[in-house]
Amino acid sequence: MDFFIQLLVNGISIGFLYGLAAMGFVMIFKSSSVLNFAHGELIAAGAFIFLTLVTWAKLPIFIAFLVTLLGSFILGFVVERLFLRPLIGESLIYVVMLTVGLASVFKGLMLLIWGGNLYIYPDFLPSNLSIHWGSVNIPPVYVISILVGLIFLSLFGLFFKFSSQGIYMRSVADNQTASLSLGVNVRRVFALSWAIAALVAGMSGIVLGTINGINVHDLSSIGLKVFPVVILGGLDSIGGAIIGGLIIGIIETFTGGYLSPSLRDVVPYIVLVVILMIKPYGLFGLVEIERV
Amino acid sequence: MNLAMRNKKQTMRKLHFHPCGNFRESYERELTIYETDFGRTAVFLGLLLLFALVPAISGPYLLYVINIIGITAIAAIGLNILVGFTGQISLGHGAFFGVGAYAGAILATSLHFPFWISVPAAGLITALAGMIFGIPSVRLKGLYLTIATLAGQFIIEYVLVHWESLTKGTMGIVLPTPTIFGFSLEGDTGFFFVIYPSLILMTCIAVNIMRTRYGRAFIAIRDNDRAAEGMGIPIFRYKLFSFGISSFYAGFAGALWAYYMISITTEPFNLGLSVEYLAMVIIGGMGSIPGSIFGATFITALNEILRWLTDILMNTGTLQGIGLTLAPLRELVFGLTIVFFILFEPRGLAEVWRIIRSGFRLWPFSY
Repeated sequence: MDFFIQLLVNGISIGFLYGLAAMGFVMIFKSSSVLNFAHGELIAAGAFIFLTLVTWAKLPIFIAFLVTLLGSFILGFVVERLFLRPLIGESLIYVVMLTVGLASVFKGLMLLIWGGNLYIYPDFLPSNLSIHWGSVNIPPVYVISILVGLIFLSLFGLFFKFSSQGIYMRSVADNQTASLSLGVNVRRVFALSWAIAALVAGMSGIVLGTINGINVHDLSSIGLKVFPVVILGGLDSIGGAIIGGLIIGIIETFTGGYLSPSLRDVVPYIVLVVILMIKPYGLFGLVEIERV
Repeated sequence: MNLAMRNKKQTMRKLHFHPCGNFRESYERELTIYETDFGRTAVFLGLLLLFALVPAISGPYLLYVINIIGITAIAAIGLNILVGFTGQISLGHGAFFGVGAYAGAILATSLHFPFWISVPAAGLITALAGMIFGIPSVRLKGLYLTIATLAGQFIIEYVLVHWESLTKGTMGIVLPTPTIFGFSLEGDTGFFFVIYPSLILMTCIAVNIMRTRYGRAFIAIRDNDRAAEGMGIPIFRYKLFSFGISSFYAGFAGALWAYYMISITTEPFNLGLSVEYLAMVIIGGMGSIPGSIFGATFITALNEILRWLTDILMNTGTLQGIGLTLAPLRELVFGLTIVFFILFEPRGLAEVWRIIRSGFRLWPFSY
């Protein structure tokens, strides 16, 4: 029973991180219907910027965190401006392939700069944050990740609900032409959604790096785990991304714990294929998919 | 009536040269493969030179690279039928290539199939495997096939590594020396005379599929699926068919590759390979069969050049540190070529080739 609860807790924590990673992905898809295959690289970039700031520039943790978020924000903005904007109006295949190419570019650059080694952050979390409950032990990292995730989720919920930029973003997601004719600056919305997505990716990169250590290959493969999560949650639902992440995380840890550790990495994709068969718009996605 | 037929005969006998514009008057002219008689002659002469000269003058390493180009070109043509002509993106082509390689290897070792049966049979098996992943996704509009093939890539990789009774896991399989018409195929030259005729055959099939109703249906689906549906094209069936053809090509190429490599392991068939194939299609030119051959040549050559550079830098001793960090350079150069082609020449090398050709044709007045 303790093993079960421990697995459940681990699954929820990991799932929460998947959900956070997926949130940025969904944001881009929602506003510009681009499947971003470079999302894992954005996550890794955030983790490495934080690493450099903490170990090399020796900034205090909190300032480093803020600077990383700012850096990721700018990175997303620049990526949109340089690579995505020339492709507005082009066929979707080119846009998707562009993000695949960008993923290679970022990965190559990060490998050139930091190499393929595993890094770890200096221990910065206070240990009194860990929760002991019977024999179940929740390390402080997971507590922090859930806290940060909840904060970001509610912030973005409020942002989309009440701020004018958030409402513009939703309107562009709903109908580009209509929002353009109503005076929404669609280009700015695209730029902003990429910037915010990169910011969220950077944040999840920091948390993921704290848990698993920082390695280019591991972190960028998280970007591909996002696909089962978003298909399960619904491609255009931010809340669905979190729920999907939780479900995928729990399924993954249970498979790893009870069946076999090697199946762990592939089970999300099996789930993905099954969902495509029975419920292709996911749990919370807009039921708008055309069958052809 | 008689006169008309004679007229037609005469026009057919006349040599066709490049017109200075599009003066096609009949559907037949539109469908023709060789626009000019010069083009037809050039292709035949080129093929003759290829078979007569290339194996004779190139060294073993160059011939190896040329053979690899031939095999990848077959798989790239298959992917182009799916991506360039039908407008569906697959991120699992590398895995399907692997399925073909393993199917060929297992048919050859366990069932002792002869070479010339096991290669097409591997293609068929791969087509079936591809269609299983295609069924849930090609029903849906949009990028669902991309996501499903991404899942397929990981699931197939897992199965190849873990189904040890069949694939021998990480140990790999060693293939027997293939024999064809009583000749045993050994060395690069022998394989050259199998790979390139297969490439020509597969190219002919692909070019001609595109001239039939199937090819036209694929293009219609790519350009506007609703209009295609409205014109009575059963989209699901044709998408699945296109995906099957594409997987068949991947499997065929994979089986050839397995025979050529003699022993295979699961390692090469990863997501990187799938991305490489997509890069070939984009760089070569989507919706162009010669383009896929250009793309396969470009990427394979790029691969070899980068490997050669890395080797040189590793061997110069003092630069060992730099040589080691040059490995990710491959990834970087790869990504950059994809990005630059998409931003600056989205129609790929095929378009560059067309521009160069028309530059010559319109020579004093080319612009």
